[in-house]
Amino acid sequence: MYSFSQNQIETVGFEPKAKIKAEVKNLNFYYGKNKVLKDINLSFAENKVTAIIGPSGCGKSTLLRCMNRIHDLYPDIRYEGEIILYPSGINIVSPEVDPLEMRMRIGMVFQKPTAFPKSIFENIAFGLRLQGERRKNVIEEKVEQALRMAFLWDEVKDRLHKSAYNLSGGQQQRLCIARVLATTPEILLFDEPTSALDPVATAKIEELITFLKEKVTIIIVTHNMQQAARISDYTAFMYLGELIEFNTTKKIFQNPSKKLTEDYITGNFG
Amino acid sequence: MSDFAKIIKKRKREDLIFNIIGISCTLVGIVTLGALIVDLLIDGLPRLDWQFFTSYPSRFPDKAGILSAWVGTLLVMLVTAVTAVPLGVAAGIYLEEYAPKNWLTSLIEINIANLAGVPSIIYGLMALGLLVYQLHLGQSILTGGITLSFLILPIVIVATREALRTIPQGIREAALALGSTNWQVVRYHLLPYSTGGILTGVIIALSRAIGETAPLVTIGALTFIAFLPPSPIQNQPPYVSFDWLWSPFSVLPIQMFNWVSRPDREFAVNAAGAGLALITVTLTLNAAAIYIRYRMRKKITW
Repeated sequence: MYSFSQNQIETVGFEPKAKIKAEVKNLNFYYGKNKVLKDINLSFAENKVTAIIGPSGCGKSTLLRCMNRIHDLYPDIRYEGEIILYPSGINIVSPEVDPLEMRMRIGMVFQKPTAFPKSIFENIAFGLRLQGERRKNVIEEKVEQALRMAFLWDEVKDRLHKSAYNLSGGQQQRLCIARVLATTPEILLFDEPTSALDPVATAKIEELITFLKEKVTIIIVTHNMQQAARISDYTAFMYLGELIEFNTTKKIFQNPSKKLTEDYITGNFG
Repeated sequence: MSDFAKIIKKRKREDLIFNIIGISCTLVGIVTLGALIVDLLIDGLPRLDWQFFTSYPSRFPDKAGILSAWVGTLLVMLVTAVTAVPLGVAAGIYLEEYAPKNWLTSLIEINIANLAGVPSIIYGLMALGLLVYQLHLGQSILTGGITLSFLILPIVIVATREALRTIPQGIREAALALGSTNWQVVRYHLLPYSTGGILTGVIIALSRAIGETAPLVTIGALTFIAFLPPSPIQNQPPYVSFDWLWSPFSVLPIQMFNWVSRPDREFAVNAAGAGLALITVTLTLNAAAIYIRYRMRKKITW
């Protein structure tokens, strides 16, 4: 089962032909005794952009970080429920699933650009080598491909072996996107990818995200509501660890069904 | 004059007073170091010639030299570096990157910090009991090197941890998010990015070890030695020899101490010469540390 049910198509407004890439089922998440995600149920459509919005501390980043098990790096955390990844049907948060495998299959781009202090080429080759790729020509080919996909090739093709730290913040962020793209992830997670960038660099990243959704399913956490409205197909609004409303972006921004959503969208709080 | 002007004038005066106090305090340190070096230079510089570096100690001050002492220092430092660096770096990496954060780890951390403050002669006593009497390593270069290695281990561990701590958490998360194991993060990221900091710490630790006298006297280093350890390089197969590890030895500070304690004024000049050689090595090591740190900062800025 990885197409949407008739019920979901009607209530959420998923396109009838859309497929589910991942499905969050009754997900609870704990830091120690603190329950920070409360019974989350939500589906991510394949090759679409889903935005998660909400005020600080609402759990939007926490939810995103469940998707690639990056929480497992820290002690005293616990998942309950399921996140099913289709078509394989694997439960991402199951204790039997190796977090390393999930991180190889699901890519993540962070708030601050996290380029490694190595050359541009090595930044991208690292992820490929982790996946076991050793053939030099394949690595070179995939590095170029990834840089082209991230709209960065023309800017860096003459200095692939220079330090990535000579790039501007926006370029570094696109390098991080290229690094993840090179590993052909099934889902691409963005954790407020433009909050450290200027408006011009932000516009470029947004354009890139819109372009990339044809190739990969995208989930983006953002505190910038205009950004969610501009680039996403579906929007989830979270508040105090709960999913308040999930629908098409159009519906959320034009005609939300919950009062809380409307108050947040119109800037009455947050 | 308005009230404000009066208050401001008073505060500026206080500011000036502290400025003067600060300068005087700083001068105490600088002048002491300067006087020390000038004194050594005046006494020791005329004594520094080829003969001084290539002669064994002798009853006759003008024929005495520091050959066995500087060779001893060099070989002991080699053993110290080879043993302390891998141990200290590995322990530092473990504590910073692998160890769970619990009371046991905290206890170990506090103890390592305390170890750095233990008087060096205590290390000498421990080495005498453990290395010489229990493990029968003898009063050898190996024992001396390992003793000093114990002494600087806490410094190397702390330096490694400090160097790792300057690397932003984002770098670790980014590498781990691509599916790296902890070891891959350490091997391909953290170690290369912290080499400068670790190296600086190692050099500073070695420059402390090079001046140590007490623990080496305790384990039985010689104060008068007129032969060299067997050469590490042989002219017949297998060409390398580790016999020197078992050889008795002396080091520069011990040689100095020996000369200073003699009544003859001529030997005091020799001591100044040896001291000059020692302080030159120490300052060179420190300069190297500063240079490496500068190079690394220029290359990587977080």
